[in-house]
Amino acid sequence: MQRLAAAVQAMKPDAVIDLVPALGGLALHFDPAFEGNVLEASAALVDACIKAGVPREPADTGATIEVPVCYAREFAPDLAEVCRLTKLSQEEVIERHAAPTYRVLMIGFAPGHAYLGGLDRRLAVPRRASPRAEVPAGSVAIANDQAVVYPYAISGGWNVIGRSPLVVFDAFRSRPSLFLAGDRVRFRPITRAQFEAAAK
Amino acid sequence: MSVRVQRPGLLMSLQDRGRHGQHHLGLCPGGAMDPMAFTLANALVGNGNEAALELTVLGPELVFERETLVALCGAEFETDLPHNRPVLLPAGARVAIGRAVRGARAYLAVAGGFAVEPVLGSRSTYLPGGFGGFEGRLLRRNDVLPLGDEAERLSRERFAALKSRNGRTVRWSAPPLTVADREPIVLHAIEGQHFASFGATAQRLFFETVWRVAPESNRMGFRLAGPALERAEDDEILSGPTCLGSVQVPPNGVPIALMADHQTTGGYPRIAEIASADVPRLAQLAPGGLLHFARCGLDMAAELRRDARERLEAALRGIAWRYGT
Repeated sequence: MQRLAAAVQAMKPDAVIDLVPALGGLALHFDPAFEGNVLEASAALVDACIKAGVPREPADTGATIEVPVCYAREFAPDLAEVCRLTKLSQEEVIERHAAPTYRVLMIGFAPGHAYLGGLDRRLAVPRRASPRAEVPAGSVAIANDQAVVYPYAISGGWNVIGRSPLVVFDAFRSRPSLFLAGDRVRFRPITRAQFEAAAK
Repeated sequence: MSVRVQRPGLLMSLQDRGRHGQHHLGLCPGGAMDPMAFTLANALVGNGNEAALELTVLGPELVFERETLVALCGAEFETDLPHNRPVLLPAGARVAIGRAVRGARAYLAVAGGFAVEPVLGSRSTYLPGGFGGFEGRLLRRNDVLPLGDEAERLSRERFAALKSRNGRTVRWSAPPLTVADREPIVLHAIEGQHFASFGATAQRLFFETVWRVAPESNRMGFRLAGPALERAEDDEILSGPTCLGSVQVPPNGVPIALMADHQTTGGYPRIAEIASADVPRLAQLAPGGLLHFARCGLDMAAELRRDARERLEAALRGIAWRYGT
């Protein structure tokens, strides 16, 4: 989907005002003033992309975003449960969580909410049976084969194992969303004191 | 120059046509729930896409510091302020707006618009993110909403330019385009990406039921009370893109129609997509309002949209003629 999105991005007409790659589909948002048949226009665009050759790799923004994470107990309500399910120690979970370079698979659900692929297979745990009504902003969580960083205090069912002091989405920044589809992401463990200093 | 909120009413916020082209950042366009009524209200005071007040079900009480040209369009509310026409309020005017008696949402536009800073290209309030509009939030008692420096001059000049004036208003009105005379309203809907994954019973129920807008409905989505819709397959759905008017069905079987401040992607199956031309009419239903879905195809949805646009353009031409332009 990311590869197709990259191809469409390169060829899209002005009438396509937004492009949303997601795991279960690619959305083309047309200008409401567009007069043609959107289905035919989309099909023609995708055909043209396939003829021209879809790139082998997803769009690479070239950026690597480093995300500091504090795994302290008060920020990690589900860390113990993840340890129990994976039969790993806390240190091992943290080490495995911070080791890989992740890729932003899609942005969706809420502003700046990035789904990160590349989680260590040993850390693959299901979503919580009952979602929490509110997960604090900056919470770092895992489920199945992905990781996320909550941009706002919202409800969520992923397993929270730490918190980042970074602001994930800020409408007043020149780059509002910390993450863009295709970015590389690395987690860096920090101490509680470093978290407090960075959150100021 | 300013407008003071004496009493905020329910869920009142500043909105314009929204911030488009940001779905890829996880940000929906947002903006006025009924863009037709919003556009008419602005046109009646000589504006384009300026920020206007969105009123929901229960209106506010407002005090206008200076002479201000205003227009109230959309749902019909209990108030002495005439609807669907420009009104030149005198300095110090106190406007009290009560309950909506027909429809759910109205727009109060002022000449020159409310002077708040755009955020990401729009003055719309985006409540989930807490930005845009007036401090990124719903309006409260004693808020002082700024108007532009030119608002008073614009108000007088524009009103003076209008044809068929009658005291502080005019002898004509714009047609309300989106408020229904009776319910259930009919919404045209295209089969959604996951329509086939619902059983024959759920597919039939979707189109045969008279649905009721549930109380837990807001700018993000309307929950529709009726029979539970069960899927034939219960496999997990990959998180996919959504848009305004998508109808999702979570595991509890209660459909949710996604409205202006919707999530940009979702992991629930989408049984249908409401024709974009019909979404503003859905926005005019209050909780308890009744609706019915009629099956349509993409060509018909496009035809409905052309028709809605033509009706809006005809109304806008009528207003422009009365401004002598």
